[in-house]
Amino acid sequence: MATRTLAVVSAGLSTPSSTRLLADRLTAATVDALRARGDDTTVEVVELRGHARDLADDLTSGFANQPLQTAIDTVVGADGLIAVTPVFSASYSGLFKTFFDVLDKEALTGKPVLLGATAGTPRHSLVVEHAMRPLFAYLRAVVVPTGVFAAAEDWAGGGIDRSLAGRVERAAGELAGLVTGRPVAARPADPFADPATSFEELLKGR
Amino acid sequence: MQFGIFSVGDVTPDPTTGRAPTEAERVKSLITIALKAEEVGLDVFAQGQHHNPPFVVSSPTTTLGYIVAKTEKLVLSTSTTLITTTDPVKIAEDFATLQHVADGRVDLMMGRGNTGPVYPWFGKDIRDGIPLAVENYQLLRRLWREDVVNWEGKFRTPLQGFTSTPRPLDGVPPFVWHGSIRSPQIAEQAAYYGDGFFHNHIFWPPEHTERMVEFYRRRFEHYGHGSADQAIVGLGGQVFMRKNSQDAVREFRPYFDSAPVYGGGPSLEEFTSQTPLTVGSPEQVIERTLGFRDYVGDYQRQLFLIDHAGLPLKTVLEQLDILGEEVVPVLRREFAALKPAHVPDAPTHASLVAAAGCAKDATVPAPADAVTGRTVEGAQA
Repeated sequence: MATRTLAVVSAGLSTPSSTRLLADRLTAATVDALRARGDDTTVEVVELRGHARDLADDLTSGFANQPLQTAIDTVVGADGLIAVTPVFSASYSGLFKTFFDVLDKEALTGKPVLLGATAGTPRHSLVVEHAMRPLFAYLRAVVVPTGVFAAAEDWAGGGIDRSLAGRVERAAGELAGLVTGRPVAARPADPFADPATSFEELLKGR
Repeated sequence: MQFGIFSVGDVTPDPTTGRAPTEAERVKSLITIALKAEEVGLDVFAQGQHHNPPFVVSSPTTTLGYIVAKTEKLVLSTSTTLITTTDPVKIAEDFATLQHVADGRVDLMMGRGNTGPVYPWFGKDIRDGIPLAVENYQLLRRLWREDVVNWEGKFRTPLQGFTSTPRPLDGVPPFVWHGSIRSPQIAEQAAYYGDGFFHNHIFWPPEHTERMVEFYRRRFEHYGHGSADQAIVGLGGQVFMRKNSQDAVREFRPYFDSAPVYGGGPSLEEFTSQTPLTVGSPEQVIERTLGFRDYVGDYQRQLFLIDHAGLPLKTVLEQLDILGEEVVPVLRREFAALKPAHVPDAPTHASLVAAAGCAKDATVPAPADAVTGRTVEGAQA
């Protein structure tokens, strides 16, 4: 049995937030699915709202301050990632994009990711597929096939809610399957470890 | 320990008046600042190299050559020389010439430059930044150390039987520092050759500086140049001082708030706590600067950035007065008292000549024999 770490990025802006609510549902379902596969899970939640200014500062100064760096390290070091955003102007929010903009471009390579989005109307339901999935494809993350979109009416209960619950469960199972198929995440390679390639090799242009 | 200033040579409007100096004023102001640096007892003046506005420092050896003639002790350096986009042959020739003009009072700092468009203007590609720095510097070293060079590489026209002239003064090339903020390959390069490593140490948190310097020191020892604490380290730093720290903050704030590198981001207070920028009294600058040693160890050169963001020349000269009268004498004394005897000083032309045994005849040797291809390498040694 291994202990997996699951990072959860929520870009919701209000408190309470339906985006965070969806993130929590996805997280709970993933933890259950991992337990069913025999793994414990440590969950680390990153609420981007608390880093809004840190992110703007990073854009202009070129470095993350300590609170933001801690959040980045959490996400980069996790075995799996759940990323949820509200829909703004037919796409992910700027806050959500900015967080992924300030990561090193290799930071999410190969990382299992579950994507979710919330909106007031079901007419945005393809945002996960049309906006979020290309972003994470560019980052070379491994995104589970089921993206979970929740419109306001999905929270109303009844048949629609059962449908949301079904999507949540399916997506969580997919994420858990990817996570358990992998070794426990190592920290990213230390660029200041003694070089694997000697300087003589660099001189030869290799 | 050497103390000095380094300038990026930007033309930025003064936010309190809206007026920018002309390029002529700015070029001249760099000279005035350098002369003042010698007058107040600093050791080093270093000037950047950029090939795009708003900078006026495309031709460092021109300015440095003039400053040499007007000074007696000041060491002239660069911050940095673009080893990626400048032909290494031209660097070898320019700086060997400057060495002769300056009687050896010159060294260099290598850098890659970070503005994308500059690379294609010089026929290069920014994605080749590290390979360019590696190959070009290797060639530069050979041009200074071998009288006749046959060379072929990836980025430059091959050289056959080439002699770079003039030969370095006394047969000793200028000392080289390698500057980088966060590329381990450049720290590795400095360590490989036993050259100096300079971290600009401004605009970013000190954690970056610490990691880079630690890595450089460890690799310096690995390559057999001495113990890690004998590696040659230089740091930048940025200060703005007034007798009263509140006055310093009040006066510097408009420059901070509108400077291209800062404006719109973290506040002055956040930036001073997150990076080595120190805005305050001379005592605060002394305390902060002495603290650099806590994370980089005993180091050899400290350069301050004091003349950017549109600060008027008069203010910059006042900063130099404070540095020379109140700050550097204390730092000199304190750092010297702390430094163990086995940690070397920064190399100078005199120390490099002494290390080489003696000054060598710098007569230009005969070129390679065009028929046999035989060179005079070894024959002159």
